[in-house]
Amino acid sequence: MTADPLIQLRIMQFYAAYASCVNDGRYGDWPDFFTETAWYRVVARENYDRDLPLSTLSLKGRPMMKDRIYGIESTIFHAPYYQRHLIGLPMILAASDGRFDVEVNYTVIRTKRDVAAEIYSVGRYIDRIVEVEGVLKFEQKFCVFDNDIIPNSLVYPI
Amino acid sequence: MTRNRPTSLDATIESPWHDVGSSRVPSAVYTDRAIYERELDRIFYGPHWSYVGLEIEIPEPGCFKRTAVGERSVIMIRNRKGEINVLENRCAHRAMRFCQERTGKVKTLVCPYHQWNYNHDGKLLGVPFRNGVKGNGGMPADFELEDHGLNRLKVAVRNGVVFACFDHDVESIEDYLGPDILAAFNRTFDGRKLVLHGYSRQRIPGNWKLMMENIKDPYHPGLLHTWFVTFGLWRADNESRLELDRHARHAAMISRRSEKVVSNVEEGVTSFRKNMELNEPLLLDIVHEPWWGRDTVCMTTMFPNVIFQQQVNSLSTRQILPLGPDKFDFVWTHFGFEDDNAEMTERRLRQANLFGPAGFVSADDGEVIEFSQEGFEQDKNFTTLCELDGTSVGPADHMVTETLIRGMYRYWREVMEL
Ligand code: FES
Ligand SMILES: [Fe+2]
Repeated sequence: MTADPLIQLRIMQFYAAYASCVNDGRYGDWPDFFTETAWYRVVARENYDRDLPLSTLSLKGRPMMKDRIYGIESTIFHAPYYQRHLIGLPMILAASDGRFDVEVNYTVIRTKRDVAAEIYSVGRYIDRIVEVEGVLKFEQKFCVFDNDIIPNSLVYPI
Repeated sequence: MTRNRPTSLDATIESPWHDVGSSRVPSAVYTDRAIYERELDRIFYGPHWSYVGLEIEIPEPGCFKRTAVGERSVIMIRNRKGEINVLENRCAHRAMRFCQERTGKVKTLVCPYHQWNYNHDGKLLGVPFRNGVKGNGGMPADFELEDHGLNRLKVAVRNGVVFACFDHDVESIEDYLGPDILAAFNRTFDGRKLVLHGYSRQRIPGNWKLMMENIKDPYHPGLLHTWFVTFGLWRADNESRLELDRHARHAAMISRRSEKVVSNVEEGVTSFRKNMELNEPLLLDIVHEPWWGRDTVCMTTMFPNVIFQQQVNSLSTRQILPLGPDKFDFVWTHFGFEDDNAEMTERRLRQANLFGPAGFVSADDGEVIEFSQEGFEQDKNFTTLCELDGTSVGPADHMVTETLIRGMYRYWREVMEL
């Protein structure tokens, strides 16, 4: 479907801002990209395609997202790493009343200290974006990743 | 490559152990290729049962799941009579690992290279051009289909869980587990119908035994895992007990959650966060299930390749697929029970956030295993010190012990003759 070019542009800008937030490690700002009751889910394509409900991470609502951020910043021991998100052009599948169903390809490259960069997660976002008081927010964000053998652990949000 | 070669061929490995005990494990046990090859021969392809899956993963005749025992690819498949076979994924013609899908449903198993095809029992059904073309070629007169089936493993199915073994002389699964570990197994798997929730897979750059050690180590959860500590899921003052089979190769760590911090064990534990409160209490919305009895956690390590997890309402099997001395895949299969209501299913899925490669508590484990391996690699002359609570092996009613790790290595030394 063809969306209004202006909204298309705003959605692209929204993804660029999201990438910047997670790439810079500003995890405290990360829950602000979501509505209060949004569902953030990281799910292996294997499970998603077979309708198996297990997620690698499934956070329902901003309070749970804040708990996750507290977890990664204060409780989960892990080697530090940078992540770099390359997000493709959003394909707007449906638009009505300020709600947009969007699918976008993404690649996350991980760079740990002292080693070369590596492809960390490859997949697509299956998202629903809503406009709340003139601001775009995710109401649903599913990160469906193809490379379902995770290189050891997944700590930061993607 | 055949793994079942005579032991004389590898009898030249020199033991890296410095003493007769099992409390000081040398680096080579984690890093040496020859030792690892012997582990494949004697442990994974020897008389030890390996977990391969759950019955519900292959609900109907012809349904299959591809997995592995050690490094050998195998197919778990249900036949027309409803029985489960485990067949080696290696064509009898010229070795091709013909099955590439993870799961599926087939009428017969066909190797695409030359279309040899096998039934669900691994029996060779036919060979194209067996009698030649226009009187030319074809298989020799003495060729018999029944001599060239797929390699069939011995299979045991117990209460919905499927095990396989390359060695057909292996003891029964019940004898293999022994009464105490069998009781821990039966507590979760009592014959109730299971429901598959899905998979998590991670590749951990460490020796496979480090994962077994991790789940035989009640010392670390109350220290490394802040989540466990703060919410009383696993703490040094929780009532607990450790059980083993008579060989000390398997173990169960059983514990009871305490709602409140009653003693001062958290003092000096830097991972304890006094003021930590969940924004979303639902993350730990634990509902006691009648079948637990008084215990809230039961972690069973079944040698060599699986861990059965019951951590409050979260249930999984965790399968180890070794990939050389310094790497393994860790496959989590989460499940519930058929009589779970929608809230319980949702609860199990929510608590799954604590486990797996991104888990609030399990992400740490993969990381520490990776860095342990790095330590072994950098100092080949190192030996560990597993002497918390002494050097002996036996059951315990507390967590301040490394007895289960010593038990596993005592057995390992016997089997490995090192
Ligand atoms: S290798 Fe399988 S049919 Fe030839
Ligand atoms: Fe742990």
